[in-house]
Amino acid sequence: MITGKGIGVSTGVAIGKLKYQTNKLPRAEKRLITDVSAEIKRFESAKAKAATQLAELYVKTQKKLGEENSLLFQIHQMMLEDLDYNDSIIELIQNEKVCSEYAVQETGRKFAEIFSNMDDEYMKGRSADVKDVSDRVIRILTGLSFDDGMDSEPYILAAEDLSPSDTAQIDQDRVLAIVTSGGSSNSHTAIFARTMGVPAVIGVTDIPLSEYNGKEIAVNGSTGEIFVEPDAAVKEKLLQEMEKQRHLRQLWKQFQGKKTTTKDGRRVNLYANIGGPKDLKAVLANDAEGIGLFRSEFLFLERSTLPTEEEQFQAYRAVAEKMDGKRVVIRTLDIGADKQAESLHLPKEDNPALGMRAIRICLTRPEIFKTQLRALYRASHYGRIAIMFPMITSVEEVQRSKELCSQVKEELKQQGIPFSEDVELGIMIETPAAALISDELAQEVDFFSVGSNDLTQYTLAIDRQNSSLLPFCNTHHKAVLRMIQMSAENAHKSKIWIGICGELAADESLTETFMKMGIDELSVAPSSVLPLRMKISSISLK
Amino acid sequence: MKEFQYTIQDESGVHARPAGLMVRKAQSFQSDASVSFNGKKADMKRLFAIMGLNIKKGDQISVQVTGADEDAAAKELEDFLKNNL
Repeated sequence: MITGKGIGVSTGVAIGKLKYQTNKLPRAEKRLITDVSAEIKRFESAKAKAATQLAELYVKTQKKLGEENSLLFQIHQMMLEDLDYNDSIIELIQNEKVCSEYAVQETGRKFAEIFSNMDDEYMKGRSADVKDVSDRVIRILTGLSFDDGMDSEPYILAAEDLSPSDTAQIDQDRVLAIVTSGGSSNSHTAIFARTMGVPAVIGVTDIPLSEYNGKEIAVNGSTGEIFVEPDAAVKEKLLQEMEKQRHLRQLWKQFQGKKTTTKDGRRVNLYANIGGPKDLKAVLANDAEGIGLFRSEFLFLERSTLPTEEEQFQAYRAVAEKMDGKRVVIRTLDIGADKQAESLHLPKEDNPALGMRAIRICLTRPEIFKTQLRALYRASHYGRIAIMFPMITSVEEVQRSKELCSQVKEELKQQGIPFSEDVELGIMIETPAAALISDELAQEVDFFSVGSNDLTQYTLAIDRQNSSLLPFCNTHHKAVLRMIQMSAENAHKSKIWIGICGELAADESLTETFMKMGIDELSVAPSSVLPLRMKISSISLK
Repeated sequence: MKEFQYTIQDESGVHARPAGLMVRKAQSFQSDASVSFNGKKADMKRLFAIMGLNIKKGDQISVQVTGADEDAAAKELEDFLKNNL
């Protein structure tokens, strides 16, 4: 038995087979072959397998996310069949006697380059598709395990770190736990694990995870412990832990269907954070009272073209309708920093956290912003939608955003398209600037929501993706708490409500502090809703 | 040889998916088929070549079909373009 230690970021215990997912493909070596016809056969069979995978992904995605989202896989199938592409691969094998993976890599690169050199944004975007298709074939040829959605056995997912686009491809029913060597407690991996309610340990650097592919491992998401090929005693202990958690879950269950109030009767809105319609199942199962943060950027990730107004409208409407009149706060596009969207073609930046992101992109490219706002207002007819602007640092940004909202409403009115006149507009408090001028901002909007992850990162000047900075990152830093307090006071002076939607919202050691500040709403991962309701019920403010 | 002209109506032009469907359609015939546009010519059975023409809305293309089943092929390809692009 080998033991390792990281940081537990999502509680729970799991035992299962480890599956290591490599994020980056190693460069295929130029290996020379002798038997040309055998090598061509090898390529043909890998290609056939890739085609089967794509066909299955197409059907699966169509069922899960609808026709628009599944089209990508159909396009990939067509690309895989392209005659020039295939001719080029086979010629390389025949003439230069190189192995299939090298031939595919070089051919993929050649075609990707042709597309990226085309004088057209849409066609430039296709170069990523060519690369994706080629990578899939190379993975099959080299036997690199990637979550291809094909095996049916549940497993423990290990990786260096998971990007938002990686997690979008994860089959949620099969992942028992997540273990990564990188990341930090506020990273996307951690947020994703908590949303799914699966145990997760990050920052495991003392043992080489990639070497345990296929081995049985046990994970304790509460303590951050990892056991490779656990012995009977460890297994027994963890099974007891699982039993304890089952018991806790039963306690939480008793809070299902109840209102969230402190012991002395103060009402708090307890909402959930989601990334899209697919998370609604967890929201409803955990009895959240609304959606406090719908991260709309997930509609923009993992695709090479921008989502259309209609696609966005369908997603927002689905959530609004399912929530049946409960408040749904949708944050407008928050791309940038750790979340890069290929479809926006943003240039690389040296300092992305301080760069072109969120509202800055939206105000620079109003056509993208207006498409989203139109979709949001159209969806507002079908439920109780509130719109929230991210990364605000000035009153002018809010005013310009509101001006665009007015334009959109005017257009819809003229076209006779129904929308609600009572859509609340709010902003994220996630920069020190916004907290410090929250008195002025409060006069412009209907609500505030504190994004504690970014507020902490910007206040403490600590990169939240950098795990080596963890010892310096005090998430309970007074500076951050004072900013929240200040924003709460200013919100209430202007008679607007304030919530917290970052990870701090679920931190039970701060719940009492937040209640005392008068925070009106907490929005957390669906799996944290019931435990937090139990916690709030135990607090007395008198 | 059969030849016809068609002006693209689709907002997005000949983007990946309809191009792929068109290629599949062309491949279902024995005849050779090609698309000429802007002084360039591409094999209608080759997806990347067709996409490489970068055909947009309002562009007029010319389709040439040659072979044993050219009558049926030209008719069906023209119908396909009318219905999809």
